[in-house]
Amino acid sequence: MAPITSDVRLLGEGFSPTDQLATFNAAHPEAGGIVSFLGQVRSEGGAQAVEALELRHYAAMTLPGMEALAAATKARWVLDGLLIIHRYGVMHPGDPIVLVAAAARHRRDAFAAADFAMDHLKSQSWFWKREKTAAGWRWIEPRADDHRDLARW
Amino acid sequence: MTARLVFLGRLEDIAGAAELAVAPGPLEKVLAALDPALAVELLGERVRMALNGALLGGNEAVVLAPGDELAFLPPVSGG
Repeated sequence: MAPITSDVRLLGEGFSPTDQLATFNAAHPEAGGIVSFLGQVRSEGGAQAVEALELRHYAAMTLPGMEALAAATKARWVLDGLLIIHRYGVMHPGDPIVLVAAAARHRRDAFAAADFAMDHLKSQSWFWKREKTAAGWRWIEPRADDHRDLARW
Repeated sequence: MTARLVFLGRLEDIAGAAELAVAPGPLEKVLAALDPALAVELLGERVRMALNGALLGGNEAVVLAPGDELAFLPPVSGG
């Protein structure tokens, strides 16, 4: 069996989820199923509308933490490949923030692996988020839901 | 040679800088030399610390050596 590959990237600039997925899909012809999740900056109207979102990271820990998460994900499910791309910096509505894709022989492994990786990126990875609305910038604290999601695993 | 404090997330706004060079030594001495308002935030119970990229458990006595980097990490929110 070929070694499982994982591609983990922390990006300071925008990326095309479509292009990244196409490359990932093409790299894993042996996989019977590929599950992907795309998180993007929400676009909504009204006074609460987010005009911009900023994610900050810590060079000494953020990417190493993402790599450890990829290793834990691969150790837990039978995967052919794993892709984790996470942005930092200032983003605007519609911009991609995070892309996770898991390729596996069987779909349940792919679904679970992508779900697991996302729950951990959301609430256990070293990112700090603030949002800009009409009222100005505001730091976002983790939601109780995020911690509940983590407890599923 | 100095040690370095790194402030993440909202702590950077409170500190007014992402990093601060400090004289090495025991953490309590380092904190005592800071603006008390900042020191209180850094000691918040939800703020974790990492020394040279390794997360601390919270009960260790931290003594900064020259060249050390101590990061203060408020609750995270990614994705």
